[in-house]
Amino acid sequence: MARVVVDVMLKPEILDPQGKAVQGALPRLGFEGISDVRQGKRFELEVDGELTEERLAQVREIAEKLLSNPVIEDFAVHVDGAVAGAGA
Amino acid sequence: MKVGVVTFPGSLDDVDGRRAVVLAGHEAVALWHGDHDLRGVDAVILPGGFSYGDYLRCGAISRFSPVMTEVVAAAERGMPVLGICNGFQILCESHLLPGALIRNNHQKFVCRDQRLRVENNGTAWTSSYDGGAEITVVLKNGEGSYVADEATLDLLEAEGRVVVRYLDVNPNGSLRDIAGITNERGNVVGLMPHPEHAVEDLCGPGTDGLGFFTSLLAPVG
Repeated sequence: MARVVVDVMLKPEILDPQGKAVQGALPRLGFEGISDVRQGKRFELEVDGELTEERLAQVREIAEKLLSNPVIEDFAVHVDGAVAGAGA
Repeated sequence: MKVGVVTFPGSLDDVDGRRAVVLAGHEAVALWHGDHDLRGVDAVILPGGFSYGDYLRCGAISRFSPVMTEVVAAAERGMPVLGICNGFQILCESHLLPGALIRNNHQKFVCRDQRLRVENNGTAWTSSYDGGAEITVVLKNGEGSYVADEATLDLLEAEGRVVVRYLDVNPNGSLRDIAGITNERGNVVGLMPHPEHAVEDLCGPGTDGLGFFTSLLAPVG
């Protein structure tokens, strides 16, 4: 059993209204000096059995096919804090 | 013509869609997201709503529903397919149309009578309109901002594939005021505004939307 984490972020050139709303709230709370906030998604996948290259490739396929939309988002796959491969 | 309207869990405008189909003189057929079956229809409408609660991304889970396998295959054979609002999002997620719909740039849900210009009346769904016709239909969305990379936008413009464009105001931040687009063949059309809510004088801003549904009878030229 292994936990694989997939982080999905909007591409840098895509406007992120949610991130902007969060950033806009910061000065009202007294936090200064945060020049930008981007909001993304984190998926934690519990993978049965040994985490082989094939299983990791499968997770990357899941990330590309379902968890992210490559038109507007990038994703990164991590295992135990190590980067297992990113997709743009 | 037999026109199917798909109901997904969370669809809202499937009944209005079927009513618009009937008012345009067609037979409306209810289709179910969980069936691998288009029930012999000649055209398909993907209605507005919040299918699968908009979880993950709008349209991202609906795209993989059994009925969509059939819709994608039929669209690739040339069957007319119209995606309205959530249906437009599903068509983009299915890669039947390029680009994507993201959250409105002003972060609020918008609901208004929206003026549009019909810029391509050569599609299966817009042939009833005069080219350049200006119409008013209901617009209601939270994630209706159309985005695509510059090369895709230039290609859409060059090939005349922007079907409808926002007039007066851009209600959601859509790039180049794009309200709806079509595929290369002109059989698949997606738009954020709701023509099915503008088919009767009793409710809605008039009958300007009816042309989308009567177009199915008109020759495509």
